[in-house]
Amino acid sequence: MSRAGTASDAYAPGDTVALFIPCFIDVLFPSVGKAVVSIFERLGVNLDYPAEQTCCGQPALNGGHRKEALELAARFGDIFEEYKWIVVPSGSCGAMTKRFYSTLDPGGKAAAVGTRVFDLATFLVDVLGTVDVGARFPHSVTMLDGCHGRRELGCTAAARRLLQAVGDIDYRELPAIEECCGFGGLFSVKFEALSTSMGSAKCANATATGAEYLVSGDSSCLMHVGGMLEHRGSNLKTLHLAEVLASR
Amino acid sequence: MTIHFDRRQVHDDLHSPSAPPILDSSMRRAVEHKHAAQTLIAWDELRERAHEIKAYSIEHLDELLVRFEREFIARGGRVLWTQTADEAASRFLDICRAHGARSVVKGKSMVSEELELNARLTAAGIDPVETDLGEYIVQLAGERPSHIIAPAIHMSRQDVGSLFERKLKVDYTDDPEALSEIARLRLRQRYLDAGVGMTGANFGIAETGTVVVVENEGNGGLSAQAPPVQIVVMGIEKVIPTLDDLIVFLQLLARSGTGQKMSTYVHHFLGPVDGRAMYCIFVDAGRTDLLADPVARESLYCIRCGACLNVCPIYRRVGGGAYGWVYPGPIGSVITPSMVGVEDAGELPFASTLCGACAAECPVKIDLPHLLVHERSRSVDEGAASSPLENAAVSSWARAMSSSRGYSFAVLAARVGGAVSSMLPWISPAARAWSKERSMPKVASMTFKDWWRER
Repeated sequence: MSRAGTASDAYAPGDTVALFIPCFIDVLFPSVGKAVVSIFERLGVNLDYPAEQTCCGQPALNGGHRKEALELAARFGDIFEEYKWIVVPSGSCGAMTKRFYSTLDPGGKAAAVGTRVFDLATFLVDVLGTVDVGARFPHSVTMLDGCHGRRELGCTAAARRLLQAVGDIDYRELPAIEECCGFGGLFSVKFEALSTSMGSAKCANATATGAEYLVSGDSSCLMHVGGMLEHRGSNLKTLHLAEVLASR
Repeated sequence: MTIHFDRRQVHDDLHSPSAPPILDSSMRRAVEHKHAAQTLIAWDELRERAHEIKAYSIEHLDELLVRFEREFIARGGRVLWTQTADEAASRFLDICRAHGARSVVKGKSMVSEELELNARLTAAGIDPVETDLGEYIVQLAGERPSHIIAPAIHMSRQDVGSLFERKLKVDYTDDPEALSEIARLRLRQRYLDAGVGMTGANFGIAETGTVVVVENEGNGGLSAQAPPVQIVVMGIEKVIPTLDDLIVFLQLLARSGTGQKMSTYVHHFLGPVDGRAMYCIFVDAGRTDLLADPVARESLYCIRCGACLNVCPIYRRVGGGAYGWVYPGPIGSVITPSMVGVEDAGELPFASTLCGACAAECPVKIDLPHLLVHERSRSVDEGAASSPLENAAVSSWARAMSSSRGYSFAVLAARVGGAVSSMLPWISPAARAWSKERSMPKVASMTFKDWWRER
């Protein structure tokens, strides 16, 4: 169950879901967005994608730039106001909208709209009640659990259940799964040595599972850990949870 | 005094087979102990209750402090109110002088570190003696405590053995029991010689005027009551309403601090006994600044158990010294800016990935990641954390993100940047830092936005 609670109304068949595709996924990892579309189409969920959306403002807020974060949060509130269900394939951007908007601007429109944001795993498992999305992925995988998804949204169990229900998958639990990978947005460059020290631990734990794929609901963590794996010439590949769930 | 987070020494990770530093193995043991202890009680309900009591106490701090003072005075004690650490240290010295004290035995107290009491006493010709074993070691080494409850956790027993050999002129041993015995024998006479005994306070009970001190070594009790004069130095946030409330915190503090079900000693000091004198010096030193801030106020709920340090992946890699002042770890990064000035400590709140492990462990449920984000805003607002260049860049980036056209332009810029990505690390320090041990992500040939439009 998500920490911030689900919306009071249950999802009714035919309800439209608005896709919130974070800016860096839009530009760097568009295949993640396409995979989300493919999963929802398979499940027969109506989708909308408000094309004016850009960035939720998390980089500004985490960088201490509150004024800019407030502007972007307000913009997010305006764009998504009309939707009852908003789904994002990112625990981190999900936490920004669902949890941090309410401390940034208590009682504001963005905070209210933010309560209607769900990360992909929580929406599928807790709202739609779907664990088996009809995917098949005949490979060994282990899961990198993004900290914002885990602790701010509480979506770890849902993500794990979804992965374990994929056909022919060989799921392997990541040792020390609860420990941060060290990305942390600007932290990754401002405190580069600390960031890569934490990333090294994650790489070592992931490699030790012997899995072919490191899977996460957060492309940002994967960008960091995957970047380290690639830099080291590792065979371990990274994939977003949505990409695994979209496979057949 | 500007504090820079010291990132020069990053200990390798503890999971790697090579070199698990003493720091991490100790931390891990503490966390494991605590988890064992947690299984015995309704942990989350207790945490919730503690959060409520602290919220009430901080909201009613004015009344509770006055009530405490009245009760404390009624039992024969004297109360001094101080606004700054400097003032608190001066009042402490005044009392020592008034009683002709030549030496002071000290129980473990983080507030006294804020006061730089040892340096102030030494400068005044009064000998300060730390009696908590960890503090004793740190004092001998001329260092600052590196952890809120385990001051010498950064040192191995071999380090302590060498230190004792060098400073105390004893034969080298790294046997913990032998080392403890050496310290114990040295300290025993000091309790009897001291003119003043000093302790901090874990809690002040408003309804009774009780000073509660929790400890494991017995040194706190001896420091408080062997000398003829007892001085309690207490942060103003330490007061809670009743003894019933105390029960909640004692269960949480022992488990979160050391993984014990109950601390070995819980002292209730109720005014001076047998013709002795007892003083309580209340210290503000930035606490009312935290109180005045409706968000940061929550940091005053802290009971100084150290749990947030133990689980923090940053603290575990750099140790307490890297934070540059008295309180390290997530809670330190939240409160230090208010205590020493945002302009001097503005970098600390950024030394975190906001992973939230701290908040998940905090026995009083302080929402530390949200407080860190709040402190970051204060740092930037006061010009203590970002350059004018960064401010301009963020502002123009936010402007671009505020319209579809601006966004498209930014994507174009990223694509151009991506095309020359091999050059980026030369142009941009951030790209340089990123690509030292990481491949650069690549801009896709078609964005999701474009794909959606064309499908």
